[in-house]
Amino acid sequence: MTPPQRRRRFPKEPPEHSPPRIPDAARAPQPSEGQGEGNQPGRLYILTGQVEDGDRAALDLVTLIVANDDAPPPTAQPEQAALLRLCRTPLSVAEVSAYLNLPFSVVTVLLTELLTAELVHARAPIVRSELPDRSLLEAVMHGLQKL
Amino acid sequence: MKIVIVGGFGVGKTTMVGSVSEIRPLTTEETMTQAGVGVDDNYGSESKTATTVAMDFGRISITEQLVLYLFGTPGQERFWFLWNGLFEGALGAVVLIDTRRLEVSFDVIGRLEERGVPFVVAVNDFPDAPRYPMEDLRAALDLPEEIPIVKCDARRRASSRDVLMTLMRFLHSIAMASASA
Repeated sequence: MTPPQRRRRFPKEPPEHSPPRIPDAARAPQPSEGQGEGNQPGRLYILTGQVEDGDRAALDLVTLIVANDDAPPPTAQPEQAALLRLCRTPLSVAEVSAYLNLPFSVVTVLLTELLTAELVHARAPIVRSELPDRSLLEAVMHGLQKL
Repeated sequence: MKIVIVGGFGVGKTTMVGSVSEIRPLTTEETMTQAGVGVDDNYGSESKTATTVAMDFGRISITEQLVLYLFGTPGQERFWFLWNGLFEGALGAVVLIDTRRLEVSFDVIGRLEERGVPFVVAVNDFPDAPRYPMEDLRAALDLPEEIPIVKCDARRRASSRDVLMTLMRFLHSIAMASASA
């Protein structure tokens, strides 16, 4: 028995090796079609204040967010207050997004506002550099072994 | 730090994330806008300008300071817009494959090669999946010798952990090689 053979991608090569049923199957895992349904009534841009120039802070999914104060200020909007309460201990943007049930892009806008207001600070993630840090990889391997 | 687990629909990405994560797998969403044009077939819903796609993820705390995040992302071409943010700075990737539908992983591997993301291939051992000899799989996927291929059972924590270990060892060997070069 021989497995199907992968072909390397060339520019503009028709994707003949992907059977047509795949896109149909892929349609299934798409959750929460339409943001106006379920527990998300209204448009998401209502949640975000007016961002003057549309600039967003450079946030990664794994950037850690920490609230600067224990209690959110009384003037904070509900979503911001919820976010501030979540981030009393460092939490990744991805986790914030999941717990608040808001898309990543919306969370980045909320966070940009909070960062500007200095209500939270962000800790940049460790990223892959040209030369991965061996001691770091060893620490991860050591940690995995203990699982 | 993040590691991305990528594979076609239904190959067991969420299962793998769930089996090693210390938290119940969470889901984050990303909105799809311009990137979906021409990729996403919006037939019948042309008025729709944004849609959301879910990414599952889990967390492994290595130490107080060191947290590993695992992201499971779909491999189909129409989800590639997710990759931009996801693979930026990722340590590496695990390509999870199902030998019953090997084709769905071809594009993913090509894409990772283009992006220069180091990856290992994990064959999720479904009970009814055809068993190919490793060398046949390597040839079919057109993988160079140095890229590890391992069998795994994504449902088992130890097995999924071993896949991550394989990735780490692979990254370590790259680091060693480039340090001595």
